[in-house]
Amino acid sequence: MSTSRQYELVYIVSPDASEQEVTDLHAQVEAIIARIGGELVKSENWGRRKMAYEIGPHKEGHYVLELINGNGELMKELERRLRVSEKILRYLVVRVDEELRAAERTRSRRKVRTGPPAGEGDRSGMDNDGGDDRYESEA
Amino acid sequence: MADERRGGGGGRGGRGGARGASAEKGPGQRRTLFRRRKVCKFCAEKIDYIDYKDVRMLMPFVPDRGKILPRRISGVCAPHQRALQTAIKRARQLALVPYVVD
Repeated sequence: MSTSRQYELVYIVSPDASEQEVTDLHAQVEAIIARIGGELVKSENWGRRKMAYEIGPHKEGHYVLELINGNGELMKELERRLRVSEKILRYLVVRVDEELRAAERTRSRRKVRTGPPAGEGDRSGMDNDGGDDRYESEA
Repeated sequence: MADERRGGGGGRGGRGGARGASAEKGPGQRRTLFRRRKVCKFCAEKIDYIDYKDVRMLMPFVPDRGKILPRRISGVCAPHQRALQTAIKRARQLALVPYVVD
C-alpha cells in the first residue's frame, strides 16, 4: 500500500469490436483494479479515431484512457490481461506520478520567482541550483 | 558550434550579429538575413509537462517525413527537447504519430 503510484493506461480496441465490447473491456479493467486493490482516478473514451499507421489490417482504432492509482503488481496483472485479449490492438502503460510532480515543482518554483520581490538575490540563487538538478535528473 | 554563436548573437543584439557577418564570407552574410532569434516554444508558453496524448502540440515537431524535428531548426531548449523526444516516441507506440511516412 505504501508504494502507490499513478499510471496512465491507454489501449486501442479493434474497430471491429462493438460499443458493448469496449464497455465490457472497461468493466474488466475496473474489476481487476477492484480485486487487486487500486483506484481508478479517471477514465476517458476517445472513441474511434484514425491511426497514424496501420496495425495489422486496421486503419482506425477505438482509444480508451484510464488513469490508475495502484502498485506494480496491479499493472502487471492488467498488462497480462490486455496482452491476451484479442480485441486489444495495442496498449501503453506510463508511470506519470513523478513526471507530474516534477512539472508541478517547476510551476511552483516559477511562481516563487515571480511572486515575492523581497530576498530576490537568495531566491534566484536557489532557483538556479534547482533548475540544474532538474536538467540532470531528466537526462 | 552554430548554436553557440546563435545564442551569443541573440544576447548581444543586432550589433554583434552584424559585426560577425562582416567578418565572415559571403554565405555568412546571407544567413544573417534569415537568422532569427529563436525561443523555445515550451519555455515561452510555460509548458511544464509535454503530454504524449496531445497530438496537436506534438505535430509541429514531426515534419512530413515523420522524423523528429532537430532542435537546431525548432529552437527548443535541450531539456524540453528531451521531454519532447520521449513524448513523441510514446505517441508513436500508440499510432498517434507516425514512425515513417513515405
